[in-house]
Amino acid sequence: MSGAVLQTVGLSIRFGGVEAVRGVDFTLAERELRCLIGPNGAGKSTLFKLLTGQLKPTAGRILFRGHDITGHHTHAIARRGIGIKTQVPSLFDGLTVREHLWLSARRTNPAGRTRAIADEILERIGLTALADGAVGQLSHGLRQWVELGTVLAGNPELILLDEPAAGMTHDEVARTAELVREINRTHALIVVEHDMQFVKMIARTVTVMHQGAVLVEDTMDQIMKNATVRDVYLGKHGGS
Amino acid sequence: MIGGRWSPGIVLTTVAMVGIALGVPQVVDQFGLLQLTVFAAMCILALSLGFVWGYGGILCFGQSAFFGLGGYTYAVTAINVGESTLATILAVVVPAVFAALLGYFMFYGRLSDVYLGVITLSVTLIFFNLMNSTAGDAYRVGKARLNGFNGMPSLPTLNVPGDPGRLLDPAETFYLVMAFLVIVYVGLHGLLASHFGRVVVAIRENETRCELLGYDVRLHKLLVFTIGGGIAGLAGCLFANWGAFVSPNVFSLTMTSQIIIWVIVGGLGTLLGPIIGCLIMQYLATTLGTQQLANTNLIFGIIFLAFVLLVPRGIVPSLRRLGARAVGPARVRDLA
Repeated sequence: MSGAVLQTVGLSIRFGGVEAVRGVDFTLAERELRCLIGPNGAGKSTLFKLLTGQLKPTAGRILFRGHDITGHHTHAIARRGIGIKTQVPSLFDGLTVREHLWLSARRTNPAGRTRAIADEILERIGLTALADGAVGQLSHGLRQWVELGTVLAGNPELILLDEPAAGMTHDEVARTAELVREINRTHALIVVEHDMQFVKMIARTVTVMHQGAVLVEDTMDQIMKNATVRDVYLGKHGGS
Repeated sequence: MIGGRWSPGIVLTTVAMVGIALGVPQVVDQFGLLQLTVFAAMCILALSLGFVWGYGGILCFGQSAFFGLGGYTYAVTAINVGESTLATILAVVVPAVFAALLGYFMFYGRLSDVYLGVITLSVTLIFFNLMNSTAGDAYRVGKARLNGFNGMPSLPTLNVPGDPGRLLDPAETFYLVMAFLVIVYVGLHGLLASHFGRVVVAIRENETRCELLGYDVRLHKLLVFTIGGGIAGLAGCLFANWGAFVSPNVFSLTMTSQIIIWVIVGGLGTLLGPIIGCLIMQYLATTLGTQQLANTNLIFGIIFLAFVLLVPRGIVPSLRRLGARAVGPARVRDLA
C-alpha cells in the first residue's frame, strides 16, 4: 500500500506456548495518529517491542516506508526513523535532562544545532528550569516528559508512545494531549493508552487489541458503542 | 565533567602532573626517581581500567592480559629489532588489536557482564600459564628467548628514536613516562567530552535507551575496550622498560586484582581516582614490603574489604561529595 508509513503483515511472536501477538496486520498512513487500546496482556507493548526490534517476530513482516525492517537491530531501526517512549520511562538516571536531549539530537545534527534543539525542546516540554538536574530525582510524570522530549529531539518520522499519560495529574494529562496533537501535525504517531479520557482527547482512529490479535479498528465514536469492545474491557464473554 | 565541559579540576590535575614531572627529578635521588617512574607507569594502567570500567561500564578482570601483552610485545620486538621505537608502537597496537578481537566476540556475541568478567579473567590466566610453560630453547621468537617462568631479562631499554646507541637515562625516562601519563589523562578526558564519550557514558547508564536512540552499543563498547587495551599495553611497555625485564607475573592473578583494587580505592567513574588509588596502594606495597610484621597481601585484602564496605564510592568521589555538601547550600541560595 502506497503512502503507508508503517505496515505489518501477519506479525506474530510466540513465547513458549503463548502467542503474545497473533497475525497482526496493521497499517499506519502518513501523519496518522492512531490510538492502540486493549486490556492488560493484549499484546500492545509486545507489538511495540517488535516494531522497535527489541523482540524478533516468530512470523510475519514489518515494513517501514516500504523497507523490510523485520529482524533488524534496534539501533538500525531507530536510525531509519522510529522513536519510542517506553511504558516505564527508559532514561539515563545519572545524566541531566539537557544531556538526554543532546544525546538524542546530536546523532543527526552538528553540535551547534544540537544545542539549539535541546533548548527548544526544553521550552516545549516545560523543563527549562530543571534542565541541569539529574533525571533520576524527577517524579514519574516529569520523567515521562523527559522521555517524550528525548524522543522528539531525535526527530523520528514515526513516534510510538507507550502510556504517555500514566502517572500524570489531570492538568498534566491535558497538556500531554495537547503536545501529542501538536506533534501529530508533522509526525505519524501510535499511542498506547489506558486512560480513556486521554484517548478521547486525541483519538481519531482506534485499534483495539485483545489476546494478541486486532479485535476491531474504527473511529473513536464507533469503538465506544461497540459491544464486543465493552465486553473485552469488562471481562465478559460473548453471549453471557 | 558534566555535559562535555572541562571542569577546573581536570585543568588543575593536569597542571599538578606537569609540575611533578618537571620538579621531581630536581629534588629526588636516583632510587626515588625509579620508584616514581614505575608508579607513573602503573597509573597509566590504572587509567586504562578506570576508563573501561568506570565510564564504559565494562568490568574487565583481565586488564593485565593487555598489560602483559604490551610488555612481552615490547621485549620480543626490541630484542629482534635492536631499537625501541617500533617496539613501543607495537606494544600499544598488538594489545589493542587483541582487545578488539576478544571484544568482538564478547560484545557482538551479547555476553552478559558476569561472563565478561569470567572470560577476561580466564584469558589472563591462560596467558599466565602459557608464558610460564615457554621455558627452554625451543620457545623463541626470532632472537628473543621467552624463558618461561624466569622471564626475559636484560631487555634493551628505550632509546632516542632512530638512535639505538643513545639510551634514555633515568631522568629522561621519568619525563617520558610522565608525558605519557599526562597525554593519556588529558586524552581520555578529551574523548569523554566528545560525542563518542558522551554516548559511552550514556550506554553505562542505560543500554536499551541508547539503542532506541539509534546508537550501536556493541560498537561503542568494542571501541572502549580496544582503547583500554592499547593504553594497558603502553603501561606494560613502560613497565618492562623500567626493570628491563618482563616475566609471566604480569599476567598473574595478583597483578590483575591489584588493578581492580586501585580503581575501587581511588573511585569508579573518575579518572583522577584510579591515579590516586594506584599511587596510594603502590606506596603502601613498597613500604609494607620492607617490614616483616604482617603479610602485604593480607593488609591489601583488609584495605580492599574496608573500602568496599565503608567507602564504596572510593576516595575521589567521596571527597567530591563532601566538597559539594560544603558548597551546596550556598549554591542553592544563589539560585533562590
